[in-house]
Amino acid sequence: MQALFGQLLIGLINGAFYAMLSLGLAVIFGLLNIINFTHGAQYMMGAFCAWFLLTKLGIGYWWSLLIAPIAVGALGMLIERTMLARLYKLDHLYGLLLTFGLALVIQGLFRNEFGSSGLPYQIPGELAGGVNLGFMFLPKYRGWVIVASFIVCLSTWYVIERTKLGSYLRAATENPALVQAFGINVPRMITLTFGFGVGLAALAGVMAAPIYQVSPLMGADLIIVVFAVVVIGGMGSIMGAILTGFGLGVVEGLTKYFYPEASNTVIFVIMVIVLLIKPAGLFGRER
Amino acid sequence: MNTITTTAAVPVRMSNTLRIGFIVMIALFAVAPFAGVYPVFLMKALCFALFACAFNLLLGFGGLLSFGHAMFLGTAGYLSAHAAKVWGFPFELAVLTGTAAAAALGAVVGALAIRRQGIYFAMITLAIAQMMFFFYLQTPFTHGEDGIQSVPRGRLFGIFDLSNTLTMYYVVLAIFGLAFLLICRVVHSPFGQVLKAIRENEPRAISLGYDADRYKLLAFVLSATLAGLAGATKAIVFQLASLTDVHWTMSGEVVLMTLLGGMGTIFGPVVGAFVITGLENYLAGFGEWVTVITGLIFVVCVLAFRRGIVGELSAWWARHSR
Repeated sequence: MQALFGQLLIGLINGAFYAMLSLGLAVIFGLLNIINFTHGAQYMMGAFCAWFLLTKLGIGYWWSLLIAPIAVGALGMLIERTMLARLYKLDHLYGLLLTFGLALVIQGLFRNEFGSSGLPYQIPGELAGGVNLGFMFLPKYRGWVIVASFIVCLSTWYVIERTKLGSYLRAATENPALVQAFGINVPRMITLTFGFGVGLAALAGVMAAPIYQVSPLMGADLIIVVFAVVVIGGMGSIMGAILTGFGLGVVEGLTKYFYPEASNTVIFVIMVIVLLIKPAGLFGRER
Repeated sequence: MNTITTTAAVPVRMSNTLRIGFIVMIALFAVAPFAGVYPVFLMKALCFALFACAFNLLLGFGGLLSFGHAMFLGTAGYLSAHAAKVWGFPFELAVLTGTAAAAALGAVVGALAIRRQGIYFAMITLAIAQMMFFFYLQTPFTHGEDGIQSVPRGRLFGIFDLSNTLTMYYVVLAIFGLAFLLICRVVHSPFGQVLKAIRENEPRAISLGYDADRYKLLAFVLSATLAGLAGATKAIVFQLASLTDVHWTMSGEVVLMTLLGGMGTIFGPVVGAFVITGLENYLAGFGEWVTVITGLIFVVCVLAFRRGIVGELSAWWARHSR
């Protein structure tokens, strides 16, 4: 029983990261029509940023939660302005290819600098230790990650679906030319949206740093799983991305308990089944 | 949807330029070992060239970007290596086994992936390829991280001893040449024309009565089969089938070869494969810089060089021969 709850907890943690990453991908895709292959590398950069701030500058976890997303997001906006912006008139696949190349460059540079082994990152003092819930032992930090990522996801959903800013964003997704004609600076909005999506990835990276080791390839395989999550959820809805992320994390955790051999592949198998039954994804619509 | 390639129309019949180009290319490869080019390098590059040509058939002429083509290369490699080593199949049967396995996998994956288009297609193929990677990592017959090692090359038709490097090289060249001709034939056939029509405007092709999904699936299976042929040959030539060939980096590499050489051109993938294989050989001692440089080439190609080497050359030729 202990083991089952343990795997469920790990599943929820993984699900939190799937949700945050697929949310970032969905936000970027909605406005830019680009699948950001660099997302995994940007998640990794977020973790490294936190590690760098702590070990080189002595700046702790809580400030990293703010600084890393801004720094990595700013870098993302630079990439959008200088490179991606040239590709909007072309086939969307070029955006995928460009960001794939960038991911290779970033991961290669980090591996040159830090090797492939992981670097440890201390759990912040306030969240060390854990609580005994009676049926299981909950490390405080893990509980924090689940709650925090859930709040981040929900606020993103609220901003996009329920505020004025979000309505501009959704309008620009439907018809950018018309929104531009109403006097809204669409290119700037695109840049900021990209920066926000990238910032979400970096935030996930900071939160992941104390749980997984900080290593140059930590995002490389993860991003492929997140792609499968995105295909399963469909990119039509923000809430869909959040729910699928958490849900699939839990399913993966359960698989680890009941049939560990399949835990690496279960999400891909679900993707295949979803494609057979509902090709547009669980929450998607054909576009 | 606007298309990914910028090449001019492909005529139905093979042009004389193409014929001459093919003959010159094969002649160059035939004498290359005597001109001091290392045959083992040539064999590696030719296997990748065939892999890239197969990939280009799907992307360049069908407009479908598969980000998981390594699964066909690797599957065929594993199966042919296993057939040659454990079952004791002769060379030609082992290669055939691997190729057939890739074709079967291509039929299944293709049927799934063509249910979505564009970016989704790329993500789905990538995800399925990753699933295959984990499968090969765990299943016992592939020997996990070690791979299938010291696969016997055997004899071709029981006569030609393939442990001789030069004999092996000419067999590889023959396989490459025949597959290349097949691809040319397919591209210039009515089937290839319909495929192009679907790439340019799928709804219109459907409204003209073409069953787009069937054409796309056939193109996918064909591409997977030829990629499998490349993988099977490669595994036997290098006497090794390993996880490298099913990893997503390999899928990315074949995209790069095609992009660099020229998407939708006949000779582009061959040029791209030789440049990238040569580069990797040259940079082998520099560790991770290979990845960085590969990524940089990707970025430069997408931003400034979308027609690729062969595409740019033929555009230049067209401008100056008027």
